[in-house]
Amino acid sequence: MAIRAIEKKKKRTSFIILCIISIFWLAPIIWVISTSFKTEIEAISSGFNLIPKDFTLDSYKFIFTDQNNNIIHYVKNSFLAATAHTMLYLLIASLAAYGYGVLKFKYRDKIFWALIATMMIPAVMNLIPLYSIMIKFDWLDKMQALVVPGLGGVFGIFLLRQFFLNIPKDLIESAKIDGANHFQIYLKIVIPLSKPVLIVVALFAFMGNWNDYLWPLIVLNGDTYRTLPVGLALMQGNYNIYYSRLMAATVISIIPVLALFMAAQKFFIKGIMMSGIKS
Amino acid sequence: MQHSAVSKLKKSLPLWFIAPHLIIFAIFFIIPFFYGIVISLYNWNMFFPDMREFIGFDNFNSILFDQDSIYYKYFWNGLKNTLTFVAISVPLLVSIPMLFALLINVEPKGYKVFRGIFFMPSLLSISTLVLIWRWVLNTNVGILNLTLSEFGFENIPWLADQPYAWFSLAMMTVWWTIGANMIIFTAALKEIPTSLYEAAEVAGANIFQKFLHITIPSLKNPLIYITIMTTLASFNVFGQPQLATGGGPTETTKVLMMYIREIAFGGGRPNPGIATAMAVCLGVIMITISIAQSKIIKRLG
Repeated sequence: MAIRAIEKKKKRTSFIILCIISIFWLAPIIWVISTSFKTEIEAISSGFNLIPKDFTLDSYKFIFTDQNNNIIHYVKNSFLAATAHTMLYLLIASLAAYGYGVLKFKYRDKIFWALIATMMIPAVMNLIPLYSIMIKFDWLDKMQALVVPGLGGVFGIFLLRQFFLNIPKDLIESAKIDGANHFQIYLKIVIPLSKPVLIVVALFAFMGNWNDYLWPLIVLNGDTYRTLPVGLALMQGNYNIYYSRLMAATVISIIPVLALFMAAQKFFIKGIMMSGIKS
Repeated sequence: MQHSAVSKLKKSLPLWFIAPHLIIFAIFFIIPFFYGIVISLYNWNMFFPDMREFIGFDNFNSILFDQDSIYYKYFWNGLKNTLTFVAISVPLLVSIPMLFALLINVEPKGYKVFRGIFFMPSLLSISTLVLIWRWVLNTNVGILNLTLSEFGFENIPWLADQPYAWFSLAMMTVWWTIGANMIIFTAALKEIPTSLYEAAEVAGANIFQKFLHITIPSLKNPLIYITIMTTLASFNVFGQPQLATGGGPTETTKVLMMYIREIAFGGGRPNPGIATAMAVCLGVIMITISIAQSKIIKRLG
């Protein structure tokens, strides 16, 4: 009885503290949303008004029709690059993970752990030579530069292999007896069984590509393939003191991410747990 | 004849699976790694590699030891600022998510919603993050100063003056990145058997004693893992100062990554050799930390 009362009190205290922290956590975003619906004059007038006095959609109208900083174009570019990257990575990484997790060949584990060991090498060391290679390939200002180099990533292979290792051997053996070759086993048995972990790897690949700032900043000069993070940073300079417009652009950049998060929160959390447990 | 063809195919089978990745990995990872070491030994010209000039360790000499070189000042100032960022942010990025995880682990009403709220910002891009926070921290009309002025405080120039600039960068980084660490801590807390706490309660331990003698030791492994990963990530800091403070005031927040990018790709006279040498030095520091980490983990069992 006493223990249950203590338990209840603990829960209530924790709830209240979490509520207070949440207000602080959400305040920046609420402030941004509020500003985006204000007139420019109200946006820069001091005063703590969360609800706009003259509610207006002007900033959004301006953003959607601005030809110099076409945010829809940026969103489209980011989406195309991230989607292409994710699809290709899923294919390449799952094939490789099947090789390291299911097939048996000489030096298999040595090669795999050598790959894992390279994760210790910081990306910064490769930045400038990789740019040099982009020049050689004539990939500057091209979509390939955004999609391809990241496909060498090892982390997704690691997650997939761990999962493949736990697939019951009997399933694979009995398929073999039925005359299936490894490509069929990969396609018809392993891949369908691995949907949850494939989703996790896809989310990581997609978000990493979608949010990358430094690499697209370096390899893109023109507007043709400019991605959302680079475009937004540019708008910060161009819109300068038009805060309502800037905040409307910010809100637009939050919406796709928020939608993805709502749809796949469970997988994000599962993925982080999987990656954290490897220690 | 046919048999040997089949067995050949069988032998090459693994290649069909691992080769696509290995080829891409070699082109975009292995080759750049060694190519980078080469570049750092040259007076390199990015667009006309034929005009390069081998200069041995001169690039390293000028950034590490040559006190008259401008690059010496850039490197050490950048490294100092990066280390400052690491020193300020890592303790916060480990302790705050642990605190949040402890609160969430009690599983009060709606704890999943809270977890979602704290995690969500980590999915935003750096540009979105900085746009949000520059507006929040705006000196005259930002919500932070407006709130503080309600309590009678003067306006604080959050991004234009020290030590506020470091405080602001740390604050936005905490808001942005604690989600993953919090989730790892939450998962680890769940693993601690409740019988341990019950035994401690019977022995009359208070909440702080329980935290110190049960929670912390049980969290040892995730704690080390998180500390190292967070440290490495913090060494890479670039976007927050680049976009929020521009490295100011007076280059006090201009971190090493900003110098590297500017020297390699920025206006003026690019010097990829110097920039790559700086990147190699930064990389070596980070690798040393990783190795030290695995040693520590091994020793602690």
